Amino acid sequence: MSDLSFQLKGSVVSIIILELYQFTPAGFADQLRAKIDQAPQFFAQSPVVISLEKLNAPLADDEPSQLLALCREFGLQPMAFRGGEVNDAIRACGLPQLPSSSRADSELQMPAPVAPAPQQAAPEVVVKTVVEERVVQRPAKIIERPVRSGQQVYAEGADLIILSQVSEGAEVIADGNIHIYGPLRGRALAGVKGDQQARIFCQHMAAELVSIAGNFMLSDSLRKQLWQQPAQVALNGDSLHLKTL
Amino acid sequence: MAKIIVVTSGKGGVGKTTSSAAIATGLALSGFKTVVIDFDVGLRNLDLIMGCERRVVYDFVNVIKQEATLNQALIKDKRTSDLYILPASQTRDKDALTQEGVEAVLNELAETFDYIICDSPAGIEKGAQMALYFADAAIVVTNPEVSSVRDSDRILGILQSKSRRAERGEAPVEEHLLLTRYNPERVQAGEMLSVADVEEILAIPLLGVIPESEAVLKASNQGTPVILDQASEAGQAYQDAVQRLLGGQLEHRFLEVQKKGFFQRLLGAK
Ligand SMILES: Nc1ncnc2c1ncn2[C@@H]1O[C@H](COP(=O)(O)OP(=O)(O)O)[C@@H](O)[C@H]1O
Ligand SMILES: [Mg+2]
Repeated sequence: MSDLSFQLKGSVVSIIILELYQFTPAGFADQLRAKIDQAPQFFAQSPVVISLEKLNAPLADDEPSQLLALCREFGLQPMAFRGGEVNDAIRACGLPQLPSSSRADSELQMPAPVAPAPQQAAPEVVVKTVVEERVVQRPAKIIERPVRSGQQVYAEGADLIILSQVSEGAEVIADGNIHIYGPLRGRALAGVKGDQQARIFCQHMAAELVSIAGNFMLSDSLRKQLWQQPAQVALNGDSLHLKTL
Repeated sequence: MAKIIVVTSGKGGVGKTTSSAAIATGLALSGFKTVVIDFDVGLRNLDLIMGCERRVVYDFVNVIKQEATLNQALIKDKRTSDLYILPASQTRDKDALTQEGVEAVLNELAETFDYIICDSPAGIEKGAQMALYFADAAIVVTNPEVSSVRDSDRILGILQSKSRRAERGEAPVEEHLLLTRYNPERVQAGEMLSVADVEEILAIPLLGVIPESEAVLKASNQGTPVILDQASEAGQAYQDAVQRLLGGQLEHRFLEVQKKGFFQRLLGAK
């Protein structure tokens, strides 16, 4: 272990997304100045990702470098472009290019303005600042319909609650606990990122497999205890234990 | 507005085409203008069961490729008024059906028909997904055996995740279970799953139970949908299923082993 130089880890980071709709240096600078005047501290040295997904016409020639220069002038730190057309002009300015996001970005909640900002009568909105959801505590994922054979449901960073059945050949997975209010006939894997406290609760235990933090038990062993009865599964040391609910 | 109903199963040979023909005929007999479409490109079975194979000139693929109009391809049933068949092509490959093409044909049919019945090919891949994509309701045809039930469960998952209704977040596709080739003797002997077993595993409403019956084979050899054989149990069971589809509340029949009388045993009658 001691001779490791590093370890790679995945993480979710909140970052400001600057969603560009159209670009002229003057119009962009005006709107950015007005935005930053509202909350100078909030934006100071903020990393931003510039989203080109909704841009009306691709950036050309020296427009990308003008855009970056303006951002830096106002104290933002552009990290990457996201989405849009990848052309030579974009490539030339050396920032990484991220693929389009499938998740909706949420609108940025700005702190109250220090001084009332002059209300701009701007018919042309040039930029809108948005930020990806801040992850504090994720709500449980709730599934109301059966999870059928061949389907998989994953609750990332959260508990999973299933109000119906989990069919044979279906798989339900959570970083947290799993609660199933119908029969569990498929596979249930709780604590898949390593949470050893995670548990599985179900009304009717008939699983093909249950697993907690990578420790699993197959139906052969499950059949010997609480089969087709309400049960909970917990990890005790490195073996799984079943208890009645 | 037409109601689009897919008859689907996952597994092959369970009775989809038999059921499509019977239910389409039953709806037409109840006075609804009905068309039944064969989505099984390459196999083309429906026209045989409907007894119109000799009258096929143009097919579904011709219409999609705009080589024929819908009116040229639709075959009017000779026995039942208000009933039309859109046959599949025997020669084309499965990729001949495109989503846009299917949508255009369904939209045109929806202008004049009350019910559009889609007879799905077997499997859970592209052909079956095309047949179910536009459905408002699904009749899931299942035989009382483990592999068929498992495939039905898979197709139910696909209906609720890959149909147009699912993709648009509209009201989910209506689900109906049709248990076919049901043999109470074999259920009693423990060789087949019971109605209750299948209902428990799939957990969807039961539209009907069609008994295993020689009348089905006889009907398909004659090219007459079995629902027209009103003396047969299978025919009666399909009639009940159609009435339930239309909202009727009927007891399920033919679920128990029948005690044969002395003469029936003597004559070996079914
Ligand atoms: N209720 C039934 N009793 C007896 N045979 C049946 C019954 N339903 C279907 N069959 C037979 O099963 C075979 C497959 O039926 P078919 O409707 O073509 O299935 P699919 O369209 O699902 O492949 C046919 O030979 C048919 O006659
Ligand atoms: Mg068929």
